[in-house]
Amino acid sequence: MEHIVIIGNGIAGVTAARHIRKKSNKKITIISGESKYFFSRTALMYVYMGHLKFEHTQPYENWFWKKNNIELKEGFVTNVNTDKNQLIFSDNSTLFYDKLIIATGSKPNKFGWKGQDLKGVMGLYHKQDLENLEKYAPNKEVCKRAVIVGGGLIGIELAEMLRSRKIPVTFLVRETSFWNSVLPTQESEMINKHILEHHIDLRLNTNLKEIISDENGQVKSVIIEGTNEEIPCNVVGLTAGVSPNIDFLKNTNITCNKGVLVNRFLETNIPTIYAIGDCAEQQHPIGNRRPIEAVWYTGRMMGETVAQTICGKKTEYKPGHWFNSAKFLDIEYQTYGWVFSEKTKSENEDHFQWQHASQNKCITISFDKNTHEFLGINTFGIRMRHEIFDQWLSEKKSVEHVLEYLADANFDPEFYKSHETEIVAKFNQEMCTNIQVKKKSWKRIFSKA
Amino acid sequence: MKAIKYSGLGIFLVGFSIFTMAIFSGYFNFTEQELESYISEKGYKSEHLKEELLKSIVTDEKLSIFEFSSKVRAAFETSNKYHETQISKYNAEKNWAKKGEEFQYKISGKPHSLSYDLAKKAGKGFFKDEPMLAWWLTFGLGIFGALLFILPNVILLGKPGIKNNGIYHESATNRGFIAWLVLMYLVGFYLVLYFMPDYVVNWTFIFDPISNALNGGNASQWFVYGFLYCTIMLVMGARMYIKYRHNKYQIIRTTSVLFFQIVFAFLIPEIMTSLNMPGYDFKSAFPLDYDFFFEWNLKSLQNSGAIGIFILVWGIILTIVIVPVMVYFFGKRWYCSWVCGCGGLAETLGDPYRQHSDKSLNAWKLERWLIHSVLIFSLVMTVVTLYCYFSGTSSFLGIKSQWIKDTYSFLIGAWFAGVIGTGFYPIFGNRVWCRFGCPLAAYLGFVQRFKSRFRITTNGGQCISCGNCSTYCEQGIDVRAYAQKGENIVRSSCVGCGICSAVCPRGVLKLENGPEKGRINPTEILLGNDVDLMQLLNQK
Repeated sequence: MEHIVIIGNGIAGVTAARHIRKKSNKKITIISGESKYFFSRTALMYVYMGHLKFEHTQPYENWFWKKNNIELKEGFVTNVNTDKNQLIFSDNSTLFYDKLIIATGSKPNKFGWKGQDLKGVMGLYHKQDLENLEKYAPNKEVCKRAVIVGGGLIGIELAEMLRSRKIPVTFLVRETSFWNSVLPTQESEMINKHILEHHIDLRLNTNLKEIISDENGQVKSVIIEGTNEEIPCNVVGLTAGVSPNIDFLKNTNITCNKGVLVNRFLETNIPTIYAIGDCAEQQHPIGNRRPIEAVWYTGRMMGETVAQTICGKKTEYKPGHWFNSAKFLDIEYQTYGWVFSEKTKSENEDHFQWQHASQNKCITISFDKNTHEFLGINTFGIRMRHEIFDQWLSEKKSVEHVLEYLADANFDPEFYKSHETEIVAKFNQEMCTNIQVKKKSWKRIFSKA
Repeated sequence: MKAIKYSGLGIFLVGFSIFTMAIFSGYFNFTEQELESYISEKGYKSEHLKEELLKSIVTDEKLSIFEFSSKVRAAFETSNKYHETQISKYNAEKNWAKKGEEFQYKISGKPHSLSYDLAKKAGKGFFKDEPMLAWWLTFGLGIFGALLFILPNVILLGKPGIKNNGIYHESATNRGFIAWLVLMYLVGFYLVLYFMPDYVVNWTFIFDPISNALNGGNASQWFVYGFLYCTIMLVMGARMYIKYRHNKYQIIRTTSVLFFQIVFAFLIPEIMTSLNMPGYDFKSAFPLDYDFFFEWNLKSLQNSGAIGIFILVWGIILTIVIVPVMVYFFGKRWYCSWVCGCGGLAETLGDPYRQHSDKSLNAWKLERWLIHSVLIFSLVMTVVTLYCYFSGTSSFLGIKSQWIKDTYSFLIGAWFAGVIGTGFYPIFGNRVWCRFGCPLAAYLGFVQRFKSRFRITTNGGQCISCGNCSTYCEQGIDVRAYAQKGENIVRSSCVGCGICSAVCPRGVLKLENGPEKGRINPTEILLGNDVDLMQLLNQK
């Protein structure tokens, strides 16, 4: 019986294992050094905040794995012998595989700052980071201030976590406005304001110079680049992005760049080895996507795809329309299709924007300046239907069509105030059009179902 | 703000303690005259009983309720025993006339209820003499303190949004010491309320003026319970309004359960009673309202003229037409989390405990066995009762009507719905009864699962499996298991409280009513991946 070994039990590896099991009776082993059972990494923040217990982050009960005949092995792989199809573990034991799936995910970036390995300096990615945080920042008495370096999605989550225990937070963001390499200005500025509302000391345009140690090798303060201001703190969160977690492949024949290089079939240069999820790097980017996509959904989709290939139905990885979501403190964010920031958008991408007068709600719709083809939408504080936007993107609908039928796409809970009329009125005014909002139609919404 | 909050807690605890301690206050005794008028009013004919009561409770001694209760119960028991011996004696002597005569001296009824009736007359002391002052010292302080504790959250919780910070760090909401204390108090409360009403007779004195104003009679323990129930729902409803103030679904839903509890379950029945009609809760549907078809109820309705007949017809239509039709259009939520009193308490008082429902597969199995057994039990009981009612017999298929009614009332009505259903909130979550026991929920569940427009839609591929939805599902549904597969949630147990949708950080869940076609959408590959692959795998 063929033995499929998967290194990494995150969403990518576990999805692959589940789908291989659905299709075959191959022997499956999942290896993890982080935790025996699969948990949702994105939920770690809620454990620290007291919304959940760690066990709630585990989507499957513990009996699930045995019942489905998926073996779980705890251990760290230190090397791969691609000639002998063998994994070597940190305790020098070995494991034979017929096919290997590398799904080891990411690790937090460290850019060689002085003091970056001190006690009290941590990323927020692994279960162990959570344990570390619980140790160094259990409350505001032990941790009098925390400094977070790096203004992305993980940075703002870490800030929210620490604030849930009333720990003062200084948030160093390299950019001139929060996440404005991705978000248009309107949205980035709204988030800036919201961060301040949560009493987070947001420092835009600010870089870390070094981290200072106390006599015990623990963080004492950080120094800001340029001003040389010293900020005393007990914890430093490094959240300046992540990179593939593939150091253990250094001495193997597997070709790597930043990540493990794979073709569209998620195959590496070694025929029996595949790579999926955060650690995989596409040889050629797919559409507007980056070669490495450290996102939950892409990890899952690669897992779904590679399982087909391994079970004998060779399948190309073809992610559909881009989508993503996040939550910035109290503001939910969803995006479908491509909306680029002013910094990164192409010549022909135009934006229509609307913002609520008093609440934290806004949208940006991007469309082609010439053809008026709808390209994508960002929504803040308004939920939208994935299926509808996926359909509109596939059918290359015009921006006018999207606005006309916007009510169909709304996914807010019942009784919420809808804003389509205001949004469309603004569009009509700006674009000299006369679009009438169509009432929500169940028939249209469920026509695909 | 925090100071206000904690002084509120202090004031609440003072009021709460006075309320609890009320049980031990006051004294009970009768003068001979009082006893005689009581006995004649009740029509007790046993001289023996009179003697026993004279000996024990006609005294200058200030008896506590516990001493009083035990003396009264002993008197009834001794008297009944005496007459039983007489009966056997005459039986042996074949003195039928005498034997037949003896039966009228025996007094039936639950000992604590007999004692309650006497205690209600015999009680003296502060709570009897100063009911209004007592009300302010118990309910007044309790409500004022609780509101002081809750209202500062408008500011303390910060900006509107999901505020579950620290739920698993607090003893009260994480099955800690405080949670167990609350459990013991609640269980004790229900045991006393259901089985030892005489012990809490002092509580009823507090409400005599209010009860008189509403229905023209003195308060019973059920009046106290009804008032307490409404008060708790209102105060904890204020907490819901603050906690979910960003969520209009929750605001409207909370308003709805408060309205139906206060107006339909409390005020209307009280007013009907004052008009000499049978007090009826027009929203309480059989089989949750399990004694609707009991003989005494049917007789009472038949004897109440037009309104009685209306109630009878309404009750039947409610169960067989209105309830299922509404479930078809809106899901069982229209009843369970918008109208029902049990649901109303669960959604207000119980909200801090919703995370404790067990989500394991085993719990789901237990749920299906239990709730459907209770449904069958209630139906069998009703069939037996109705058969006996119409045929005039006392048993059907070997099941005694009285026995099955008593058993159901005791096991399901009192223990399951009350003692366990509410008492276990702090440890097993706020919907223990609704999930494992309620026969009406089981019935609505069938309709919701097989013939309804309601579903919780999963938003394509946006789920990140974080587990907030499952954790905060009070019905123990593993919502995430569906959401992470891109599958809509169509489950008979869902009461549509809407919290899964509220706590989802990625906007994945939406409660909605729509066409039945495509309501259940099993998917293997989620939206967002290769279109061909999705079609290939999802459509077989």
